[in-house]
Amino acid sequence: VATRAETATLAQPRTFSERLVRWISRSPVHILLLAIAAIWLVPTVALLVTSFRPRSDALSSGWWHVFSSHLTLANYSQVIHTGGMGHAFLNSLYITVPATILPLTLGAMAAYAFAWTRFPFRDTTFLIVVALMVVPVQTAFVPLLKFFRENGHLNTEFYGIWLAHTAFGLPLAIFLFRNFFITLPKDLIEAARMDGASEFAVFRRVVIPLSVPALASFAIFQFLWVWNDLLMALIFVSDPSKQPMTVKITQLLSTYAQEFHILAAAGFLLMAVPLIVFFALQRYFVQGLLAGSVKS
Amino acid sequence: LSAQAPPLQVPQPKRRFGRPREGSFKERLQGIAFAAPALIVLGLFVVYPAYYTVRLAFYSSDYLFSFTNYVGLQNFKDLFQDKDFFDVSHFPPSGAVFNNLKWVLIYISLCLILGLALAVLTIRVRYESAVKSVIFIPMAISATAVAVIWLLVYSPNPDIGTVNAVIHGLGGSPVSWLGQSNTVNYAIIIAYVWASTGFAMVVLSAALKGIPTEIIEAARVDGAGEWNIFRRIMLPMLSLPISIVTVWLFINVIKVFDIIYVMTQGGPGTSSRVIAYTMFVDTFNGFPGRGAAVAVIMLLLTIPVMILNISRFKSERVIT
Repeated sequence: VATRAETATLAQPRTFSERLVRWISRSPVHILLLAIAAIWLVPTVALLVTSFRPRSDALSSGWWHVFSSHLTLANYSQVIHTGGMGHAFLNSLYITVPATILPLTLGAMAAYAFAWTRFPFRDTTFLIVVALMVVPVQTAFVPLLKFFRENGHLNTEFYGIWLAHTAFGLPLAIFLFRNFFITLPKDLIEAARMDGASEFAVFRRVVIPLSVPALASFAIFQFLWVWNDLLMALIFVSDPSKQPMTVKITQLLSTYAQEFHILAAAGFLLMAVPLIVFFALQRYFVQGLLAGSVKS
Repeated sequence: LSAQAPPLQVPQPKRRFGRPREGSFKERLQGIAFAAPALIVLGLFVVYPAYYTVRLAFYSSDYLFSFTNYVGLQNFKDLFQDKDFFDVSHFPPSGAVFNNLKWVLIYISLCLILGLALAVLTIRVRYESAVKSVIFIPMAISATAVAVIWLLVYSPNPDIGTVNAVIHGLGGSPVSWLGQSNTVNYAIIIAYVWASTGFAMVVLSAALKGIPTEIIEAARVDGAGEWNIFRRIMLPMLSLPISIVTVWLFINVIKVFDIIYVMTQGGPGTSSRVIAYTMFVDTFNGFPGRGAAVAVIMLLLTIPVMILNISRFKSERVIT
């Protein structure tokens, strides 16, 4: 399939030689693109290769000597078992799953209120929510930490970080969902109300089933956001046995400094889930990112 | 990435944004009930803390973060006397503020230029989605992982670090990119550009595909060259998405922390600190009031973006 740029410049080439001429005339573009793609891949490939190299090789020669060294999974088993990354992986899950579901649920309910119900100051409140999307988390560190410490030590459990991520994920959730909900056909919602459905039934049985793409986009976005976060975990997870992988890696870094075979394996464990999510759910992910670009 | 990029526009509201007609008492109560849980969480954990932090910026405070020892604007004065934060005693000026300025200028412009170039170039080739995937993947991974990846790239040992291996191979002597204060900021910025260019590319590419083919064909028929088509048609039509990406990158720069924390801990010395890094260090090293003052500065920097978002929304334009 020709792109529009091609169709505009010349008619579809029919013979092999015509195609060859066209390809060569475009070769600067091809070379440039392939070079950029290669530069973009090298850093990740270097780390991937290093994560499979034995200690002695990784300390003495570069990743490009991959073909002259045997590869091993020993680094992975070392970081998972003795390095604590296995436990940290579970902590990352414990942190991320509720910190995704909570803003998803609360955000969808609030968005329904903003889109399909009427109450005083509705639109003013919504504009405030829009404004809150870019508030830096730094403005909440100290008061939240103080609040968590003085109210049942929430920062020594997972509650603190769940609440913090929920609060800072909510504005984006409400904004995205409200903009999606408001495009649903009005007749559908009115009809359900006429039939005597309660507001909750309309929300649960009409609005939610029709909004799966928007809900999925936000869920993926928030999941990756929380999974990849270091700063909030550093501050709101005080118990070392509850720290997620991002925090664990910073500790491995101070222990192993230049031992990249260990750091590489740890880094890939951290990247594994986001990469799986990315390849499995690319479209939703990109949509969520495009729609969420008002937040960082 | 699928060749068919998702549309940039959020579905447009079907009814005008304005004052809702008052509903019945029961209707209003139900609306409030649906919104209440989220609004309570936002009020307690976002709005009230922001107020608390602004107030704290006027106290020297203590390890309990309470409002003790009112000092007025002294925290802000101290901050701008602090050579690690703001140093204009020599040229070029240094400190976290000027490091952050380097980030704003270099990070934003490199991401935009590379993103735009990739968007324009990839549209012309068959393997568009493959190239875009490669550029975009770093967007999905955490800044912590990006930092580990680039620590290896920048390793001062030419037998291990990719960059120094290339320099060594060309006959140069290896450079400790992260170990010296005149290169460390640029090195980290490049790593973050690597991670963020994919975003600019995807947004701009989606917008580029939204430009009607007829316009570009008509210009070609009229004899416009490729450069003029780019300069006079594509660029003006991309001005809104470019401004959206710029705002996003700007917010990213104000908040940048994780990658610096993992790569250099703000070092060597304090030479790679940025504003968000100073906030963290001051708050947790015995200067909570000063940390709050930095947070207030960060909040002030985001206020223009808040106003922009609200006015865009009110005018019912694209708001992504």
